[in-house]
Amino acid sequence: MKLKTALMATALAGVGFAAQAQEVTVMSWGGAYTKSQVEAYHKPFTAETGIKVNSVDADNPATPIKAQVEAGNVSIDVADVEFSDAVRLCDEGLLETIDVSMLPAAPDGTPATEDFIEGALQDCAVANIVWSTVMAYNSENVDGTPTSIADFFDTEKFPGKRGLRKSAKATLEMALMADGVPAGEVYDVLETDEGIDRAFAKLDTIKDDIVWWEAGAQPPQLLADGEVVMSTAYNGRIFNAAVGEDQPLEIVWDGQILDFDLFVVPKGAPNKDAAMKFIAFSTDTQRLADQASWISYGPARKSSGDLVGLYSDGKTEMAPHMPTAAKNLENALVNNFEFWVDMDAELNERFNAWLAQ
Amino acid sequence: MTDATANGKPQMLTTADGKPLKEALNRAQARARRKAFLLVLPLLAFILITFVTPIAQMLHQSVYNEGFVMHEDIGSGERTPIMTNIKTWFDENPAGTEPNEEAFAALHKDFLLLRELRAPGQAGTRVNYERGGSRSMFTKTARRAERMEAPYMEAFLDVDEEWTDPELWRVMRDASSAYTFNFYLAALDRTKNVDGEIVNVDENRQIYVKLFARTLFLSVLITFLTFLLGYPIAHLLATLPLRYSNLLMIFVLLPFWTSLLVRTTSWMVLLQSQGVVNDALVGMGLLGDDNRLQMMYNQIGTVVAMTHILLPFMVLPLYSVMRPINPSYVRAARSLGATSWTAFRRIYFPQTVPGIGAGALLVFILAVGYYITPALVGGADGQLISNLIAFHMQNSLNWSLAAALAALLLAGILILYWLYDRLIGIDNLKLG
Amino acid sequence: MALPNHASTLERVWHYAYLVICGLIFLFLIAPILVVIPLSFNIEPYFTFTEKMLKLDPTGYSMRWYDLLLTFGMLEPEAPRDASWWADAWANANWINAAKNSIIIGFFSTIIATGLGTVAALGLSRPEMPYRRAIMATLISPMIVPIIIVATGLFFFYSRIGIQDWGIPYLGVILAHATLGIPFVIITVTATLVGFDHSLTRAAANLGADPVTTFRRVQMPLIMPGVISGALFAFVTSFDEVVVVLFVGGLDEQTIPRQMWNGIREQISPAILSVATILVIVSIVLLTVVELLRRRSERLRGMSPS
Repeated sequence: MKLKTALMATALAGVGFAAQAQEVTVMSWGGAYTKSQVEAYHKPFTAETGIKVNSVDADNPATPIKAQVEAGNVSIDVADVEFSDAVRLCDEGLLETIDVSMLPAAPDGTPATEDFIEGALQDCAVANIVWSTVMAYNSENVDGTPTSIADFFDTEKFPGKRGLRKSAKATLEMALMADGVPAGEVYDVLETDEGIDRAFAKLDTIKDDIVWWEAGAQPPQLLADGEVVMSTAYNGRIFNAAVGEDQPLEIVWDGQILDFDLFVVPKGAPNKDAAMKFIAFSTDTQRLADQASWISYGPARKSSGDLVGLYSDGKTEMAPHMPTAAKNLENALVNNFEFWVDMDAELNERFNAWLAQ
Repeated sequence: MTDATANGKPQMLTTADGKPLKEALNRAQARARRKAFLLVLPLLAFILITFVTPIAQMLHQSVYNEGFVMHEDIGSGERTPIMTNIKTWFDENPAGTEPNEEAFAALHKDFLLLRELRAPGQAGTRVNYERGGSRSMFTKTARRAERMEAPYMEAFLDVDEEWTDPELWRVMRDASSAYTFNFYLAALDRTKNVDGEIVNVDENRQIYVKLFARTLFLSVLITFLTFLLGYPIAHLLATLPLRYSNLLMIFVLLPFWTSLLVRTTSWMVLLQSQGVVNDALVGMGLLGDDNRLQMMYNQIGTVVAMTHILLPFMVLPLYSVMRPINPSYVRAARSLGATSWTAFRRIYFPQTVPGIGAGALLVFILAVGYYITPALVGGADGQLISNLIAFHMQNSLNWSLAAALAALLLAGILILYWLYDRLIGIDNLKLG
Repeated sequence: MALPNHASTLERVWHYAYLVICGLIFLFLIAPILVVIPLSFNIEPYFTFTEKMLKLDPTGYSMRWYDLLLTFGMLEPEAPRDASWWADAWANANWINAAKNSIIIGFFSTIIATGLGTVAALGLSRPEMPYRRAIMATLISPMIVPIIIVATGLFFFYSRIGIQDWGIPYLGVILAHATLGIPFVIITVTATLVGFDHSLTRAAANLGADPVTTFRRVQMPLIMPGVISGALFAFVTSFDEVVVVLFVGGLDEQTIPRQMWNGIREQISPAILSVATILVIVSIVLLTVVELLRRRSERLRGMSPS
């Protein structure tokens, strides 16, 4: 029955009436990021296929996905999740496998498997962007100019509240880097019990000054409202607030932590076929490049890089704002997904106990 | 009737159709009772299905976890027993037996199945609930299970040298039966040690007792604050002539009728560091622009907002007790020479105690279970136990622990509720 | 509360201090609710009173956040505001859809709660009712049990019975909200029956009325105010409820409180305040209705008006 519907839909895609009934529900991270996806993926996808895209948001889509699949009540077709979550959920059999051969080749004919940057294609996931967790500050509220991740933890030199994501991931790494661990050694240190203690000890030094955030839209808001003077944030959100809304926000690239966001399809998704179609459509060269004109995240295809031009305001060059720009990578850390696949549950447990103390 | 008395011996009274009156009355009474009960029955059934059953099921979840026992395929719903070999080994060897090669061989067989079912994360998570660091051991080992060769003990130790940790084996033994009280232990920051004795968990993992204590403390504080603020205005409302007090009552009833989220939002607007209160204080020069008060994302936010939200629940019962108090008692005391303070303390206040009890219990019961307001304005240290239940439900997905925490909270509430019913009576609950 | 003539100076001072304290407490109660109203007309995307607002300069105020309630989520918000624009808003605007969902859920849960609750209250207030106390305690308990526990239990229960596959939209949330509304109906309806003289029904029966007629002509007029205010309470409970919706509601079952919850946690724009203002006005209307009903009920039962 499903196959038949799919065939019909394909046959009638040009006419577009049979496909009207179809829809696909996509869960993403909300705010400026979801907006970029709606503009770059959802709208053209609906225009081309007639499949309606329902967009829903979560603080971190990996959590509701897991809960939905385990409770046997799946209503999401596509979710946008972090690298380690994609691998972990796949390991646990909570995701559909994705056939990479359905992904379109680059315009010059390079097959998708070679066009995507390394690690971007997984058994159950296809990456769309490279993003990073960075520290940002409000230049109107900070006295002086913070330049390094260590300044984030220096409340004497830069007094004021700090915003941090309420999760162990990225927070512990930043604490270690601020404590003097070079980016290359962070995960070696974090693998030891002493390393974890050291990270928590560093966090202890500013614990009373931390305002915790959960949704990616919160840090720009907290910074703009003056609720915090510095915050960790997803780099694209800060860019959009600074360039798109003229907020006096600045990014410190020192100690940024790079990660992928990947599309996954949860097991038992009600519209699996449409979901696969959506993923293939959205991760083609042009769509990925288009998304970069709405938010400063790097496309996961090499062939998209050249097509990235100006921000949607028509005057800001995107390239220098990308987390992957050469000068932003000087002291950058690439998120070690293997570490977090194994340690996420345990470190978050410890993290929550620490929070409550 | 006259006949009966005439005989000097009471004749049995009968109805018109000759049945004994007593019996007929009894029957009528029973019929009336049945009728009354039938009226209530649909609702009772409804509540049992939509309310009591789900809660009972949740309680079951708190003592039942099949993460280490059963795998359910998500697509087909097919259920496969897992860890059966090691379970057999556990059954054959008493607790405390050191794991031998036989045990590891059994474990290896189970891991091959886990790998096939993609279930090492599930089984590892169950063990990880009681012994941190186990989940990664399970996933790591499962990835290498196919390449393992005998002797298996060495092969396992090669992957992770903690595989012979007695605590790990204690937890696996416990987890190999789906019924367990260990989640209640966990909810009280306790765990079992290697010998099966109940001990405290590591200090850096203790949170629940602290959170229960904080929930109790903040609820008591909020109850006290609502009493402090509620008593004077309830008194004023009760003593003013009705046409004024009805008007002033709007101040109490309007918040009562206003959406909880609206009231919480209002407090966020007021309490933010760039919010109305701070702006006003800075504007009046009472506060420097740099030392704005931090009143949100901490306990202050939770206490202030919840006091405001729960205040009507204190004022209304107080008012209904104070209104009928006859003012002439106080006047009599005054005329007998008591000061106004003494008259209040000795005469008026004792009469309002039932109202205080009703209001305080109601506010306390509601405060203990609060979720929305602390989640929005509480920050990290203004969270209550409900927030942690929600966290385990939605984020960590440790549903059994969430259920155990909920069960403890529920038990506390039910005791208070029973007390309320005893002391005040559910019938006396009034709404505006 | 008038001060007697013989009051001492100390008593006078205390009396006025007391009035001031009460005034402050009333301010504490009402100010937070009123403060959002002017702020929702702020032209700036902030939550504080700008200088222009304080000077009552009209350029400091605007309806832009109310406008955003209509346009947010629309396909073509910029199009000219003709019939098709309004159709677009009606079909796609997030807040309008949330309002529709809230009203549908509220309506049906109120019907269930009021229907079952009223009948049960009639039974409960009969003097013959067996196990009255225990049953009453059970029926009122949804009001007392923390909502997070109810939501947690329902989450497991609904996934177990697979309620989402039954094909009835909103069913899970409606049943849950009905359960939460029932205590209010029971309390308000039994309150109108307190002191109800049961000889009235017997008299009606004596005069030849069948039970239905007795109910319709004797009991119903008496309990009607209680039923309506119970129904309003039940509706408000549903209209305001977010935790159950978050736990068991489908993703397309966005209600006003859920939309507010998301908004507050992410980007608390003054649009939230404009919703809040609308809700405050709604609650003022409801409060007035309930108050009028209460007076009517007291008059009907021959109590002194209060």
